[in-house]
Amino acid sequence: MTNSLNQLTLKQALNKIDSNEISINEVYQDLEKEISVNNSSLNIYLNIDKKAGKDASQAKNKPLKGLPIAVKDNFCTTNLPTTASSKNLETFIPPQESTVTKKIKEAGGVVFGKTNLDAWAHGSSTETSAFGRTLNPRNKNHLPGGSSGGSAAAVASDLAIVSIGSETAGSIRQPSAWCGVVGLKPTYGRVSRFGVVSMASSTDSPGPIAKTVEDATIVFNHIAGHDPRDATSSQNQVPDLTKFLNQDISGMKIGVLYLDIPGLEKIKTIYESQIKVLEDLGARVEFVKALNPRYAISVYTVVQRAEVSSNLARYDGIRYGLDRSHFGDEAKRRIMLGTYTLSKGYADKYYNLAQKVRTLFIDDFNKLFEKYDVLVSPTSPGYAKKVGATEGEAMFGELEDMLLEPSSIAGLPGISVPCYRDPSTNLYLGLNIVAPMFREDLMVKVADAFEKNTSWNSWRSHE
Amino acid sequence: MSNKINQSIVKHIAKLAQIPISDDESEKLTTAFLETLAVIDELQEIDTSTTEPTHQVTGLKNVLRDDVVIEEQMFLQKEALSNAKHTHQGFFVVPKILEK
Repeated sequence: MTNSLNQLTLKQALNKIDSNEISINEVYQDLEKEISVNNSSLNIYLNIDKKAGKDASQAKNKPLKGLPIAVKDNFCTTNLPTTASSKNLETFIPPQESTVTKKIKEAGGVVFGKTNLDAWAHGSSTETSAFGRTLNPRNKNHLPGGSSGGSAAAVASDLAIVSIGSETAGSIRQPSAWCGVVGLKPTYGRVSRFGVVSMASSTDSPGPIAKTVEDATIVFNHIAGHDPRDATSSQNQVPDLTKFLNQDISGMKIGVLYLDIPGLEKIKTIYESQIKVLEDLGARVEFVKALNPRYAISVYTVVQRAEVSSNLARYDGIRYGLDRSHFGDEAKRRIMLGTYTLSKGYADKYYNLAQKVRTLFIDDFNKLFEKYDVLVSPTSPGYAKKVGATEGEAMFGELEDMLLEPSSIAGLPGISVPCYRDPSTNLYLGLNIVAPMFREDLMVKVADAFEKNTSWNSWRSHE
Repeated sequence: MSNKINQSIVKHIAKLAQIPISDDESEKLTTAFLETLAVIDELQEIDTSTTEPTHQVTGLKNVLRDDVVIEEQMFLQKEALSNAKHTHQGFFVVPKILEK
């Protein structure tokens, strides 16, 4: 049984507030106490709104009941600075709210703290933040992953009940895998990008990072949906994902990807044994060949740098923030590479070629989904890397996110759930489950069944 | 093509991107460029002669809205200027680009 209320899952907290077993003020007291003890060593929160919880009890009749939600610091919030972990935006307080945080507030959630990320969300380690790296709460000698490393570490350390991240190619799922939590990346266009510091506009997707699959579905339900302020957001009807929990997965067809890729030898047998759990639950599992994800690294690198170069052109220090001399090394590298690949004579050679190969990945997935309901693979090629691992590695993130980039450039939804814990290091591996466009329901069915039939979820194991 | 990258090209790109860099930085950036271009050059191996590019994965096209003022989405002048370092009588102050 849990002692401190910040250790509750979102679902447990909602139920206990509903039945008056606990008060919302007690939740804030416990959370603030925990943050005062552990935040400085882990470096998770950049800014906390100490007044945010004061009126939380007034939201008791709303769906999220005044509960605190941690938000990655690239979502514009009018109650807290929005830095994107960059020096340029250190003192920027947005005059308007992102759609995601607006929806959270309308549903009775409280945005009480902003979490660390790789500066401008450029990275997979949280090591490139202008405000210092975040550490992995499971093992402080290791990185939390990124770019939503602060949001994943917040959940893993119980410094948040649930959090919001954003993913361009791995930035929700990879840190979730490294920190042993659940990360749900919705279909591109399912959740509004309005008010999110833009990175790669053709793949950016906000989504929840949570203790359980159920918690992720609850948050998804509140943030998804069409937004007139994001022209790329979809008008498709949003399913109630909580309806796909506790389902029988027997007969579902599951394709297993990427286990034969060089570099995965050490973790291959672990994945084979964990995927067997799905087979034991009645799913029809087959190992399948897909287009080599190495090419997705190249596609993503070209497209992302090009979009970064264009999106970060706005930071001139005139209307807000500091001027362009304050960009960190990673942002400089990415902006300039994008400038180069978009420049006269190179756009066809790089950018247009990358967009064509992107089509090949989409076609490849379409073909696979004719035969399979979902596709599963490791989330990351290995465990969380050691602190300092990004030093001098211009392609660090791309290699760590290799197995996620194909589905990201195709805009597909995916979810990472903990699927192993190494007893000697306390570090986790994640199982990545990918579904066809707008079929988050299918991946949730499989993820929830896996979570409930294994012992890797560290919150479910004390239920 | 990528082997043609050198420090003077990198300095030119920095100028295009309006990013001030030192000589030391241009050397490091040249190395990083070569490393990254070596990876993305792998795309040349793939036959895309009959493939169309994808720019928008969900297939949305020409999303328009009515050309009307939506007051709740507007900033007050005070809000618009609230994060600017230099303002003058309700305007943003921008660097001078023309000489007399």
